[in-house]
Amino acid sequence: MSALELSGLQKSFGGLRVTRAVNLCVEPGERRLIIGPNGAGKTTLFNLVTGELRPDAGSIRLFGREIVRVPSRRRAHLGIARTYQIITLFQRESLLHNVMLSLLGLSGLRWNPFRRFDRQAGLIEAGRAALARVGLLGMAERPLSETSYGERRRVEIAMGLAQNPKVLLLDEPFAGLSIEERRDVQGLLGSIPRDVTIVMIEHDMDVALEFAERITVLHFGEVVVEGSRTEVVAHPKTREIYLGE
Amino acid sequence: MNLWLLAANSIAFGGLLFLLSAGFALIFGLMRIPNLTHGSLFMLGAYFGVSLIAWGVGFWPAALIGGVGVAVLGGLIERLLLRRLPGAELAQVLVTLGLSFMIADACLMQWGGDPISIETPAALRGVSRVAGVAFTTYRLGVIVIAVVFATALWAMLEWTRLGAMIRAGVDDPMMARAVGIRVPLLFTVVFCLGSGLAGFAGVIGGPILSVYPGLDQDMLPLALVVVILGGSGSLVGAFVGSFLVGVLYNFGQALLPELAYVVLFLPMLVVLVVRPAGLFGRSSP
Amino acid sequence: MRRLASPGALLLALALLASLPAWIGNSYYVNIASQVLLYAVFALGLNVIVGYAGLVSLGHAGLFGIAAYSGAILINAGHGHFLSIVGALVVTLGAAALFAVLALRGTGLGFVMITVALGQIVWGVAYRWISLTNGDNGVSITSRPAPFGLSLADANPFYWATLVVFLVAVAAIAIFVASPFGASLRGTRDQPRRMNALGYDVWLIRFLAFLFSGLWSGVAGLLFLYYNQFVSPQMVALTASAEVLLMVISGGTATLLGPIAGALLVVVMKNVASAYIERWNFVLGAIFVAIVIFMPDGLVPGSLRLWRWSLRRGRQLLAGPAAMAAVPPGNGNGGGP
Repeated sequence: MSALELSGLQKSFGGLRVTRAVNLCVEPGERRLIIGPNGAGKTTLFNLVTGELRPDAGSIRLFGREIVRVPSRRRAHLGIARTYQIITLFQRESLLHNVMLSLLGLSGLRWNPFRRFDRQAGLIEAGRAALARVGLLGMAERPLSETSYGERRRVEIAMGLAQNPKVLLLDEPFAGLSIEERRDVQGLLGSIPRDVTIVMIEHDMDVALEFAERITVLHFGEVVVEGSRTEVVAHPKTREIYLGE
Repeated sequence: MNLWLLAANSIAFGGLLFLLSAGFALIFGLMRIPNLTHGSLFMLGAYFGVSLIAWGVGFWPAALIGGVGVAVLGGLIERLLLRRLPGAELAQVLVTLGLSFMIADACLMQWGGDPISIETPAALRGVSRVAGVAFTTYRLGVIVIAVVFATALWAMLEWTRLGAMIRAGVDDPMMARAVGIRVPLLFTVVFCLGSGLAGFAGVIGGPILSVYPGLDQDMLPLALVVVILGGSGSLVGAFVGSFLVGVLYNFGQALLPELAYVVLFLPMLVVLVVRPAGLFGRSSP
Repeated sequence: MRRLASPGALLLALALLASLPAWIGNSYYVNIASQVLLYAVFALGLNVIVGYAGLVSLGHAGLFGIAAYSGAILINAGHGHFLSIVGALVVTLGAAALFAVLALRGTGLGFVMITVALGQIVWGVAYRWISLTNGDNGVSITSRPAPFGLSLADANPFYWATLVVFLVAVAAIAIFVASPFGASLRGTRDQPRRMNALGYDVWLIRFLAFLFSGLWSGVAGLLFLYYNQFVSPQMVALTASAEVLLMVISGGTATLLGPIAGALLVVVMKNVASAYIERWNFVLGAIFVAIVIFMPDGLVPGSLRLWRWSLRRGRQLLAGPAAMAAVPPGNGNGGGP
């Protein structure tokens, strides 16, 4: 049973077909990279998987379970987590608060109007552990607005990992990072255990290629090439898309 | 109640509402500012008209000068206050409401608490017959003025550079800036235009509504309904919305006085619930 | 929510409030204080939606009025005060639920306008459904409740009863804001899309917050009814909704003290300043404009900043010229806060 299976997924905006009959199959524990020129529909694909967009046709199966009809807020509970291309974190709050919100999302505690949120020992401990995992424990109390871009990218990943997802979708996690920051994130991604399946969208070729086991190339909303790293790099279509344009 | 007369009055009122709301629609559509001072600017224009006429200025020049005066004030408000608050919705609400308090009280101080009526201009006095029905000529004149302005505004938006810049700014403010449109200047110009229209409308409305403290609070909610119903940023929407509201409001007051306000706000509520962007608006605010 | 005041300061405030009738002068001012407190409850309730959910409502006077009218109608129908209060609050919660379901169909300005429409419809009904609401003449009640047999007919006992309700409201809202639900609510204000992806039901969170907010508007409405022993359509007009919104914004939406400060500002200006300043409306408007220019976050955050800045300056001046010379350049040398 695959971790994530997309069949015949289609999405149009007005007259524009952004996603055309995409078929994709990711095995549990796999490290999959999705690449493609701008406008290929990569982020739209993520939005379809997380439920922020409704497909016009097709199916999405998470470990065999059909989730196309499941509202997006329930998909987090089923084990899907994602990070965003543009930083969408809680600027006014501390790093720890940000991660605790991520943890709270899956907990029944989120409906509780009586207890003190900032005294929930369980959440605090798990939050600190999540920050430690990305090397930001020292800044737990710092407001997000006072952190660097690279640090915020790591918080994004911490928020994703904190929910112990089965499938983690990373949308351009290396965007805008310095060389050193990229190395940090690379190491971080390498340390994620195999019970988390990772699908990544990226533009930065070198770093992404090091990470990926299988690569899917999207172009104008459909899958044009798919295979192992070496296969895809050598494929004439890939060269055509990236060099011939 | 003569239904034709009611209809005529409604359409005339709609015309007046259009002059008031078009400015609000432009300001909100382009600058995303809920200009809650708009009703007070209408009232201020009307009071300016009262004084100008009392000093011997003719009705039409008074309307124009009143409009210009209010436009200047609008420009000052935009440059000195609103420009410092891009995107700060709550602060914009506070400052525009604060200004409306100040303007309303200043008007009370200057012109007193009694309603003042503006005399119908000599050229449009009396009654005309259209299709066998008697209409006050002035009300017909208001309808004509509204249509003329609607056409002029539409032409400006469709055919002039200024209009193109406004449309670009409404569609995509960031892109407009990136393409080199001088957005701050554009904003000031639009705010002046919108305010001026409101002031002008105030004088035009004088013979029909007269001028009194509280006129601003009576007119502002109507302008809001028009813009919401029609969709913000849409001139066509403001046009259609104005006449719709004019009809609903007047017919409601005449036929169902128990539920007059409900007759007006219930349809608006229904439209909003079904189509939050308004009848002609675009999908996100 | 960081604690603004130490327990000591809170106790002092409590002592001042409890002893107010003793030091404020005459019963006219005690009544003003009661008004401030009841409007503070109204503003605090509205701030749950405006400040913490990020949704601007211009229709809350509708809920305030529904509570007052329901209470008045029930009392005049012969039901005792307790039943009338409970009944009125139940009706208000029902109305709040309806308001919320409709208003949440819109976002941003759409939300605001739907609340305006709802408030205006309530006003229209109050004004025109004369058989129910007596129209413009309003509805009077003849008595105030007498909890545990204590009469609230005089200014002082009524003030203390209002104070108790106010303190309960502050405590309830403070607990709410600091709770996990409160954190979720603030999250939906800042990043609704992300909250959705994290597993939160954004619509339901907002709906429940609206109910909570409506409940306190209803409580304030009942306090108002008992204070005036009268309710009229004026209380439900758009200006009433605008007024309470102004209290919230001018005081500052980010703290609990903000709406209270805003209520104090507006009520004092309306009732006290109006006796001395003829053009108090103008002055109030000017104060609002000044707040936007100098303290755009509101009176409370702005004053806090001013307070901290003057403390820093004071310390520097007290430390003497030698200490000033030791301070690195660019640090407080003629600079601002």
